[in-house]
Amino acid sequence: MTFFFQNVINALQWGSFYALIALGYSMVYGILMLFNFAHGDIFMVGAYIGFGVAGGLVALVAAGTFSLPGWLILVLTIIISMLLTSFVGMAVERIGYRPLRDAPRASAAITGLMIGIILETGNLALLGARRVRFPSLIQSVTYDVGGVFVTNKKIMIVVVSLMLMLALHQFIRRSKWGMAMRAMAFDYVVVPLMGVSINTIASMTFAVGSALAAAAGILFAVAYPVLDPYMGILFGWKAFVAAILGGRGSILGATLAGFLLGFIEIFVAMIFPSTLRDLIAYSIILLILAFRPHGFFGEPYSARLRL
Amino acid sequence: MTTLRDRLRNAFFQVPLLGWFFGTLTAVFLERFLGTPVAEALGLAKIPVLFGCDIILKDPQRAPGAVAYVLVIYVLPILCVGKLTASLANRLAGRLLGLSAGLSVIFHLALLYAGLHVWSEVSDYRILTLKLTLIAIMVTLSLNIINGYMGEFSCSHPGFMALGAYAASVFNLTFFVNHKLFGPSMLPAGLGPFMFPLALVVGGAVAALGALAIAIPSFRTRGDYLAIISLAFMFIVKSMIENLEIVGGPRGLSSQPDWADLPTVFTWTVICVWIINNFVRSTLGKALNAVRDDEMAADAMTVNTRRTKIVAFLFGAFWAGVAGGLFAHVLRYVNPSTFGIQKLAEVLAMVYFGGLNSVYGSIVGAVSLSLLGEALRPLEMFKWIIIPTLLILVMIFRPTGLIAFREFNVLHLIRPKL
Repeated sequence: MTFFFQNVINALQWGSFYALIALGYSMVYGILMLFNFAHGDIFMVGAYIGFGVAGGLVALVAAGTFSLPGWLILVLTIIISMLLTSFVGMAVERIGYRPLRDAPRASAAITGLMIGIILETGNLALLGARRVRFPSLIQSVTYDVGGVFVTNKKIMIVVVSLMLMLALHQFIRRSKWGMAMRAMAFDYVVVPLMGVSINTIASMTFAVGSALAAAAGILFAVAYPVLDPYMGILFGWKAFVAAILGGRGSILGATLAGFLLGFIEIFVAMIFPSTLRDLIAYSIILLILAFRPHGFFGEPYSARLRL
Repeated sequence: MTTLRDRLRNAFFQVPLLGWFFGTLTAVFLERFLGTPVAEALGLAKIPVLFGCDIILKDPQRAPGAVAYVLVIYVLPILCVGKLTASLANRLAGRLLGLSAGLSVIFHLALLYAGLHVWSEVSDYRILTLKLTLIAIMVTLSLNIINGYMGEFSCSHPGFMALGAYAASVFNLTFFVNHKLFGPSMLPAGLGPFMFPLALVVGGAVAALGALAIAIPSFRTRGDYLAIISLAFMFIVKSMIENLEIVGGPRGLSSQPDWADLPTVFTWTVICVWIINNFVRSTLGKALNAVRDDEMAADAMTVNTRRTKIVAFLFGAFWAGVAGGLFAHVLRYVNPSTFGIQKLAEVLAMVYFGGLNSVYGSIVGAVSLSLLGEALRPLEMFKWIIIPTLLILVMIFRPTGLIAFREFNVLHLIRPKL
């Protein structure tokens, strides 16, 4: 039983990464009806930006410019990196998606893929092929709760992710921007006529999605400090599948499906040999999609919906 | 300036394809016999492998020599011979076409093959590049059926290639080769090369079976559904092969027999282009276009939309499987990680670069991106910045690709120009 709860903790942690990334996919899909295939690499860029920011802050503290506790450095790192990465996301939208607004959607998928490759290779060119190590900012403390070992890092990751998701929910529900996004997702044609600029909203969506991906990247780096330029590929595609599973454009769906994917993966690895993890996880997803083609919370797709 | 352009165009527009083939043949034979002395005279160590690109990028000091080599060996002979033999070639092409269109096509193909063969004999690297380019044409074309003619977005092509590659390899290794995983051969090895087409067809059939598993659930609804199902399928295939110890698991499968030589690959590519070109111009192909443009209207016009889509999807998967089988036998080693996201990005790039809904486009896209990839190899990783940037530009300025929506008309291609 403790083994089971141990895995629940792990699954919650993995699920947080997936859910945070899947949210970015889902938001972009909700508004522009296209998949941002560069999103996985934005996750990677976010982790690297976090690495840079954290490294800089640690160096400043070491030089004695000011003194900060480790957890505050981490919080600052997350905030600054989310901000910086949101600019990366906006740039991706500006370069890869805005010129293609009227083009077939598949063309935009190709530019997204290609921007992803450019981000990976650009990183490789800038930093070289060696892997970098994220500085450890908080001491790992392990608590023993009735035989289940919980580290403070895991708790932190899950709590921060949940806080970010709540913040996103509030942003979408309460703010003017969020209202504009929901309106745009509701009707792509009429809302621009009401004086809402689709370009601004699209930019904003990419910015928010990228910021969440950056947060996921840093949280991932806290748990698994070794970063490499291709880490975004696997995560990105899996989170993409999670976004679909949740229902395209559905924020709640993406969150739940992200956690579900985490649970499936961890529990498959618990029961079967871990090499079978992808095989079984994807088969389960296929099965779910076969019975619920639109995901958990998605609307039935209509080709005429937004043309 | 316009006058010069007009004069150039006037000078060369009368040259038929046959004339250009004569020129190419002259050039490759020239290289065969005079290549080394010319290269040495121009200060190059040996014949530039890929039109001097590697030399220009690696060693800019010798770039003038490489450019001069390309001019002397390729450009000048092709232009001169093309121009000089224009009238002869025109008469010959006209005569052949009058005799029999099929004969004329075969004659052209033979000349093309001769040119490629002599060109590639210079080095093993050229042979490998050429074979992989031809396979890329097959894969691109087969994906274009689904993404271009059918207008869906399928991500499963690496999976189909993997199925074809493994099925064909296992077939050959079981029956014709003594292999450590599959035991001694069941049939005499001498029979193997003759049964190689059967192996490829088996590979294609297995891929088509896999496609059926995607097609049945995903063609109930339209939209992005296929994209996701096919993506999951690709991951499932890759993961499944990694877990099958009988085919080597993640270490891959090696020592396939060396039966995929240049003539074989060339023949299969020609057959593939021919059949796919006929398919997309057939009633079924036109029905496919109708389904893409408006499924409901097509349905109203008595097109059986579901059947059309499934047949086209399986057809595309079949050729991807055949290409995968050839791929396995060209490299004589396959490994599941070859058929991942990277491959997917590569194939999609070729389709969308060349042009949707167009056999021409697929050929152009596959050839240009394969050769570009090889030519930019000396730049190492910057290659992966240049090629994606190029693709983004193409997508921005020509969202459906360079040569989209064009019919591939062989008779138009080989006709005399006078």
